[in-house]
Amino acid sequence: MSKVYIALQDNDESRYIVEAIEDDNAEATVIHMPAMIRIEAENFLTVRRETVEEKMGRDWDVQELHINLITLGGNVDEDDEQLTLTWNE
Amino acid sequence: MAAKKLNIKDKYRLLTRDLDWEFSYQDHKKAFPFEEFEGIKITDWSKWEDPFRLTMDAYWKYQAEKERKLYAIFDAFAQNNGQLNISDPRYVNALKVFLTGVSPLEYQAFQGFAHTGRQFGGVGARVACQMQSIDELRHVQTQVHAMSHYNKFFDGLQDWSHMHDRVWYLSVPKSFFNDARAAGPFEFMVAIGFSFEYVLTNLLFVPFMSGAAYNGDMATVTFGFSAQSDEARHMTLGLEVIKFLLEQHEDNVPIVQKWIDKWFWRGTRLLTIVSMMMDYMLPNKVMSWKEAWEVYFEEAGGALFKDLARYGIRMPKHADLIAKEKEHVSHQAWWIFYTHGHAAGFHTWIPTDEELDWLSEKYPDTFDKYYRPRWELAKEMEAKGERFYTKALPQLCTTCQIPMGFTEMDNPTQISYRESIYKDERYHFCSDGCKEIFDEEPEKYVQSWLPVHQIFQGNCGGPDVEDVLRDYYRMNVGADNLDIKGSPDEERWKKWKGVA
Amino acid sequence: MSIEIKTATLEPVRNTYANVERRFGDKPATRYQEATYDLQSEANFHYRPLWQPDLELNDPRRTAIVMQDWYAFKDPRQFYYGAYVQQRAKMQEVAESNYAFFEKRDLARFISDEVRADIIRYLVPLRHVEHTANLNNMYGTAYGFGTAITQALLFNGMDRLGMAQYLSRIGLILDGNSGDALVDAKQQWMEADIWQGLRALCEETLVTEDWFEVMVAQNLVLDALLTDLVYRQFDNKLNEQGAQDIGMLTEFMQLWNKDTSRWMDAVLKTAVAESDENRALLAQWIETWRGKAAEALAPLAEAMLGAEALAEALELLDKRIAKAGIK
Ligand SMILES: [Fe+2]
Ligand SMILES: [Fe+2]
Ligand SMILES: [Zn+2]
Repeated sequence: MSKVYIALQDNDESRYIVEAIEDDNAEATVIHMPAMIRIEAENFLTVRRETVEEKMGRDWDVQELHINLITLGGNVDEDDEQLTLTWNE
Repeated sequence: MAAKKLNIKDKYRLLTRDLDWEFSYQDHKKAFPFEEFEGIKITDWSKWEDPFRLTMDAYWKYQAEKERKLYAIFDAFAQNNGQLNISDPRYVNALKVFLTGVSPLEYQAFQGFAHTGRQFGGVGARVACQMQSIDELRHVQTQVHAMSHYNKFFDGLQDWSHMHDRVWYLSVPKSFFNDARAAGPFEFMVAIGFSFEYVLTNLLFVPFMSGAAYNGDMATVTFGFSAQSDEARHMTLGLEVIKFLLEQHEDNVPIVQKWIDKWFWRGTRLLTIVSMMMDYMLPNKVMSWKEAWEVYFEEAGGALFKDLARYGIRMPKHADLIAKEKEHVSHQAWWIFYTHGHAAGFHTWIPTDEELDWLSEKYPDTFDKYYRPRWELAKEMEAKGERFYTKALPQLCTTCQIPMGFTEMDNPTQISYRESIYKDERYHFCSDGCKEIFDEEPEKYVQSWLPVHQIFQGNCGGPDVEDVLRDYYRMNVGADNLDIKGSPDEERWKKWKGVA
Repeated sequence: MSIEIKTATLEPVRNTYANVERRFGDKPATRYQEATYDLQSEANFHYRPLWQPDLELNDPRRTAIVMQDWYAFKDPRQFYYGAYVQQRAKMQEVAESNYAFFEKRDLARFISDEVRADIIRYLVPLRHVEHTANLNNMYGTAYGFGTAITQALLFNGMDRLGMAQYLSRIGLILDGNSGDALVDAKQQWMEADIWQGLRALCEETLVTEDWFEVMVAQNLVLDALLTDLVYRQFDNKLNEQGAQDIGMLTEFMQLWNKDTSRWMDAVLKTAVAESDENRALLAQWIETWRGKAAEALAPLAEAMLGAEALAEALELLDKRIAKAGIK
């Protein structure tokens, strides 16, 4: 098993995104560090537009994620609905 | 007419991917002449997967938003004299290393990706490189702007670009990127797009920037994380490039593996400088170099190479040795700079007792045994008023250009030393990794502009080291260099803080 | 504990970076200055490029133009990255609302089939020209010398990609997102007689070696002619034919052309002012490429607009050349 991860700047917008990620990825671990939030999970992590929109109460484009993104690890698949990170075993 | 809704993949393909055409009037190879000489076989550029389907309008929109936020912080930082909020004036020396050693690499990345962004025959890959090129220009420029205010209040930042082209230790990062840019376009992508961006920049930007936050430097943490937000795109491009090359032709696999071996070794050597920034130059510590290495290299890199195993790619050569070096390199590097502190463009110092204890705790297997005694000795000498500097100029490794100060890992008191003879000349190396890189392409590395050789040959003015520092490097001797104790930086800080 | 800071103790040691100070004196510098001057390495390169071993990695000899100081090419817009993207973000915001309005009100339905065919025949194929311009500007970015001009070339290159995408969107608006208009336009580009001269010229710019020459051929000669033909004369014609709403979709290009020709004219003026040799070389390049472009564009201009159109465009180009002091 390998860890995929995503790190976001610690700001107000990110907090909603992190909440959404926690909802959609029951297994994910959230780690708070100075000025950043790191979320990791075994092999698979997804950020879903719909869930983020629910949390924020507004329209949200998956590409907006990049404004607050610090780093990520894993094969990326991004479309209108979601961004997922995976490792192949 | 009801227009059908396009999803982002189709939209990107229609807007961008079909812009290319088959040439009828000129030889296509003449327009893209560098695609074949490295032996890489591309059979079908259309198989390229666009990692992020960012169109220019979206790019302008999101990047402008990032820039607005970033510059608002820079303005506030300058207006409020944010430099007063940092943990300790020693911290600024890490920024000096950053601006003189790292920011110019962002510039070279901008140039290198402009080159691949013009040269690749496939429009998808080209556009991805172009976006990275402009991002990297962003990085160097935002860094210059972030440091602009520090430059007004601290020494050693003022001539960063002039220094980068000349100063002895800055040839380490400079030659690294020169090497990648001098290579063919595919090697450049494996070197920078993959090895450097995917694995190594995380080590630089993530824990170090977190450290900047922890040391009260809002300007740096903001540009650092804002730059990283582009980095996620760059990392993904690097990974897509590797997968693309490996999927295009099986003959590419051994070539790519050879480059991975070379560039991971060269990258770990380069990061020695970051290791010492983390362990010694951040007064408030977030994590040790060793811990950062474990998270970002061993764990993240391990996962990556497990994923690539399906193509027949294995871990980079010397990974076992690299695993041992994480216990040593930061201590060896800071010692080199401490002892050559008269010739460095930033200040050096002995770690405080608290910091020595922290290092003992973080490096239980090596610090007390090999390194702490040196610092205890240095402390004694300093107390007697005999802060010492090594007068001799160091011998440099021909490949990585770092002074020969690394040791054998099975005997950490023995300096590691290798050599090769090429056309009757003898060349020196710090390690097997560096020697192998030379032996593979001697014609390239015999060209290395080795700063110490150049000084001896009289190409940097002189005759004394001090003449070189003052006239050729344009350092303000007595202000930029030497120990932090008694430096103008320290004096000013004390005045600002109202301590005697 | 509160610390009182006396302002007198917070006097800066210096006002700007040393390289900027050497050029402009010890005074506060602009963000453009600090982000532009002397950024590029000029000395002590370690290895010759494998792909061009007769030259250094950064080498002023990749063009026959000679400058004593390549930073003389100051961008009148003073674009560094941050200024550039924020300026373009404003333009794209307007463009976005124009495109959205056009689509929402389905303004395409007011355009006759005949005019629609004209747009696909004459306007949409220009996406391939923009793509060529993207490559030609990247060429200067990669092989040019000095940040002042290479960053401006990069911004220009990215702009061209953006405009290639806007032109593609015009096609998609007209074909209901099927992509058929783009296929038709590409077929025009590849096969129609009126386009072959321009396509051959585009291919020729892509194999031309001197980056300054490529920049002049693309950003001065071709752009000046096409801008006038397409975004003034063809735009007028669309207005007369009741398709003035297309102007909403090309407004970005109109504004962009104004902005970028200000930069290009300054570049030419500076190169000419440097030496007679530069002026003679530029005159020779411009004459060559003007001749080629006039020939290449003649059938297109005539089909699109009529017999007089190209002469008008050439006249405007000649005025710009004269203003730069070339003839
Ligand atoms: Fe960067
Ligand atoms: Fe990057
Ligand atoms: Zn070495």
